[in-house]
Amino acid sequence: MTLLEVRDLRTQFFTADGVVRAVDGVSFDLSPGETLGIVGESGCGKSVTALSILRLIAPETGRIVGGSIRFDGRDLATLSNEEMRELRGHKIAMIFQEPMTSLNPVLTIGTQIAESVVRHMRVSWRSARDRAREMLELVRIADPAQRLAEYPHQLSGGMRQRVMIAIALCCNPRVLIADEPTTALDVTIQAQILDLMLELKEKLGTAIILITHDLGVVAETCERVIVMYAGRMVEQAPAAALFARPLHPYTRGLLRALPRADADGDPAGGRPRLMEIPGIVPALTRPLPGCAFVPRCSFAVERCHATSPALMEAEASHLVACWEASRVAEAAT
Amino acid sequence: MTLILTAEDMPRVASPLARAATAIRRNPTIFIGAALLVALIAMTLAAPWIAGDPFRQAPIDRLRSPSERFWFGTDQFGRDVFARTVYGARVSLIVGLSVAAVSSLIGLAIGLVCGYFRRIDGVIMRVMDGIMAIPSILLAIALITLTRPGLGIVIAAIIIPEVPRIVRVVRSVVLSIRAQPYIESAIAGGTRNTKLLARHILPNTLAPLIVQATYVCASAMLIEAGLSFLGAGVPPEIPSWGNIIAQGRTFFQIAPWSIFIPGGFLAVTVLAVNMLGDGLRDRLDPRLARRM
Repeated sequence: MTLLEVRDLRTQFFTADGVVRAVDGVSFDLSPGETLGIVGESGCGKSVTALSILRLIAPETGRIVGGSIRFDGRDLATLSNEEMRELRGHKIAMIFQEPMTSLNPVLTIGTQIAESVVRHMRVSWRSARDRAREMLELVRIADPAQRLAEYPHQLSGGMRQRVMIAIALCCNPRVLIADEPTTALDVTIQAQILDLMLELKEKLGTAIILITHDLGVVAETCERVIVMYAGRMVEQAPAAALFARPLHPYTRGLLRALPRADADGDPAGGRPRLMEIPGIVPALTRPLPGCAFVPRCSFAVERCHATSPALMEAEASHLVACWEASRVAEAAT
Repeated sequence: MTLILTAEDMPRVASPLARAATAIRRNPTIFIGAALLVALIAMTLAAPWIAGDPFRQAPIDRLRSPSERFWFGTDQFGRDVFARTVYGARVSLIVGLSVAAVSSLIGLAIGLVCGYFRRIDGVIMRVMDGIMAIPSILLAIALITLTRPGLGIVIAAIIIPEVPRIVRVVRSVVLSIRAQPYIESAIAGGTRNTKLLARHILPNTLAPLIVQATYVCASAMLIEAGLSFLGAGVPPEIPSWGNIIAQGRTFFQIAPWSIFIPGGFLAVTVLAVNMLGDGLRDRLDPRLARRM
């Protein structure tokens, strides 16, 4: 059973420099209770994918130009704005990257949580307040009754992100989209927040789309991973398979740029040098005729320059968009 | 920055009186401005008891210099300048406060709409620019020629060119608040437009709005005095500071008090309002307030 079905999603922005193909043909399925990771460098279209699902792309700048998003059997493109507003924060909730600025400084924590409950559950303010206190307990904020009356500036970054999670989960959403939820936090707090999200997922059965550029976070939390590059999906696989045998040179590059505790040192006792991926993400306004990763790829052959590889199932439930996937797989082992 | 903490730097439990004293010491402008205004308002409210009849003419007492009987002297008709100045304060305060209140309300509504609904922003802002270009004095003269002179006309003539100043401030705040992540967050939570404006954006505009309103209040008082002085303001029989100065002008050399006293009151009042505005700006801006 599929809860969220994204097919060939294309989102473009119209700028003075030309059309930016921020998301170019992204497809994935999300099952109830699943955790899906979307990884990639800055500007590869992760956040735009998330915003597109909620139809939050500002109409002055960009548009979803193609593809379909079906949630619970309904095509989101056919919903009216009001129906979409009903859905946001209720069935599909979102957590943003910046806990420091994602809460309104002039409203109390309690008001901000209760507001969403009143909006979507159609209950009285009194019971919404009770629900807010319950949620603060659930996200393990000490002394919840008192915190309800406090303002965001009285809370630390980690606590604010807990409040954001409480707001996102207060209406029992089916899908939680977390856009870099831990990027702005200390490493110790990061782990706490991720554990909390996973724990609540188990408890409430919410499916999570976790957007991050941190592969460590993905390894810890996700069941399935999508790797994006320049607006396209380049690899999709179960997390274990992806980390064990990356099939796309970009994924391989990302993994090699990551320090590993289990890596064997060289005989001299030193650690292997971390490898960077040379070059930068290409401008999305002028797509290359071939694969977008070609300029940075050490596996590139003639064919890569000419035609762009489609996503194909290289191994069981392991999709990759690379002509030379078999060579990449060999190199990894 | 001293490195040694003295007893004064330590937080302590203070009585309300001591707390008030600390607040005043930290932000004296707000206190001085507010105190002067309170005194002025008290004076206008108590006018019937502390001042005589501002209209009573007594040819025998013409152009008397300040004395025990006439604190601020008399004008060329023998009218008590003190009584006229006290009653004149009423006009200034009514004009200042009502212009500030009405133009804030109108400006707030237009500013919110402009900042939030970007499609109509361009059109409305060009209209505002046009209105801003109209000098209030010319507008007042035109309005008064069309209708009968009166306080209401003067207030309206000052409000119209002041509204765009408020609109600009509110609009710019709305634009910057709109770009804040918590607004995006609220939209992602399914908040409706009206709620977003009323609950999330409006409260953030209040602090700059209040500060701007005090400046509008001060400038309205000055414009009213200017209009009255030119004869385009409140009817000459009503004692307003501008009217008193205008009427005293002819006898300036022998009775300078009938110009200097209302002029001084005007200056002090405007100063007080501006000080209150400056103090509020420091107090309401969290970045400046924290520094104190």
